[in-house]
Amino acid sequence: MALSNLLEIPAAGFNFDNATRNAALEGLFEGQKPKPMKTGTTIAGVVFKDGVILAADTRATSGEVVADKMCDKIHYIAPNIYCCGAGTAADTGKTTDLVASNLAIFSLNSGRNPRVIMAVNILQDMLYRYRGQIGANLILGGVDCTGNHLYTVGPYGSVNTMPYLSMGSGDLAALGILEDGFKPNMELEEAKQLVRVAIHAGIMSDLGSGHNIDICVITRQGVDHNRPYQESEYKDNRKVNYRYRPGTTTILTEKVVPLKLELVQETVQQMETA
Amino acid sequence: MPDFVQRVSAKNELVPEWASQEVSTGTTIMAVEYDGGVVIGADSRTTTGAYIANRVTDKLTQIHERIYCCRSGSAADTQAIADVVTYQLGFHSIELDEPPLVETAANLFKASCYRYREELTAGILVAGWDKRKGGQVYCVPIGGMLVRQPVSVGGSGSTYIYGFMDSNYKPGMTKDKCMELTATALSLAMERDGSSGGVVRLASISEEGVERRVILGNELPRFSTH
Repeated sequence: MALSNLLEIPAAGFNFDNATRNAALEGLFEGQKPKPMKTGTTIAGVVFKDGVILAADTRATSGEVVADKMCDKIHYIAPNIYCCGAGTAADTGKTTDLVASNLAIFSLNSGRNPRVIMAVNILQDMLYRYRGQIGANLILGGVDCTGNHLYTVGPYGSVNTMPYLSMGSGDLAALGILEDGFKPNMELEEAKQLVRVAIHAGIMSDLGSGHNIDICVITRQGVDHNRPYQESEYKDNRKVNYRYRPGTTTILTEKVVPLKLELVQETVQQMETA
Repeated sequence: MPDFVQRVSAKNELVPEWASQEVSTGTTIMAVEYDGGVVIGADSRTTTGAYIANRVTDKLTQIHERIYCCRSGSAADTQAIADVVTYQLGFHSIELDEPPLVETAANLFKASCYRYREELTAGILVAGWDKRKGGQVYCVPIGGMLVRQPVSVGGSGSTYIYGFMDSNYKPGMTKDKCMELTATALSLAMERDGSSGGVVRLASISEEGVERRVILGNELPRFSTH
């Protein structure tokens, strides 16, 4: 049975079969059904003089439990384009992978570097087609031959472009900092400080955001993806090593049963290493 | 449409109510014909529930060189329709080797809005200038009707300015009077409608081309009740 499943090649694209299964199983859970992993998140982006900075926290939650403390929310799209994702973790990850693949193929076919607006158009088309069922709130930033760009794409396929943006459950906290501190044509250090404080505000004020701050600086010269840019002050001192010395649990009895094996057949195959 | 949204989105205590709602341009848009062109205007607020997702939205979208549309309703739906019509009209114009007619653009909008009327929430004003009929304004409200009107308002804030429009619009106004009328009407609507606000974006389209202007919040006309 297991073998026949392995041989089956899954159909390309998204598969919503599990949605019908979930609907059928709903009755069995008596209101305690498991929640999908969401990146209850603070993500932000800022356009500065020489490029774009994207920043994100690193907490991924599944209901009230932190599922991942070091989640990477800044996804690679192209050498000059990165994307922060908020919403359902699986949706943001897979959607950005799809766009990255599409743009890589385009690059190879045309010999050109991809432009940020291309990623935006592909995402907008796709998310609009799925009518909000893909829970992806994305902030795309990048530098291309037409300049420094920052866009946000919503789950229903609406696009906004602004010099500073924030999304996720902590977006109001971050936006307050950005609205107050943003100036056009900031220097690199100034802009890094601004996004750092913005994400920090989200981490402090929002339960769905926390742990470290990652940033990604994109300029014409290249990309600097700092992970983590700032570590959380609240680190736990738990030992990750759970190996116990022999005898920690008292041994009551010991019984040794030798396994009698009989050599039935011996074959030798020469390995061709020529 | 709202029912569909609530059923589908996964409710999580950490994600606030408004974050799972669709982005809507609860709006005030307006278009006025004058002899020689049109003046169009819009506010700049886009909301998701009670949160203002974009306070400087540009709802005046260019479809062709001298044809614009004013978008109200769902942001995603109107952006998608505008993209489709821009492509269709561009293709048509290249085939004809001539600038397209405003009536053609309006009919393309109507075709999409009527065919998919059950799925879409889009109220659009199509306005522009062409050589045959000069400045024209066409209204394509939710449902996909098409009607030409000398002056038209749309969006959630429009209800507050029907009286103002009926008493202040006179046929044969100049371009500057139309601009002033539009700016005043939009300011009045933005005062009263919670889903409209921000800045006033204006544009005038004529044979000479397109002229765009922004009136910032502190420069808007103020009225005497407060």
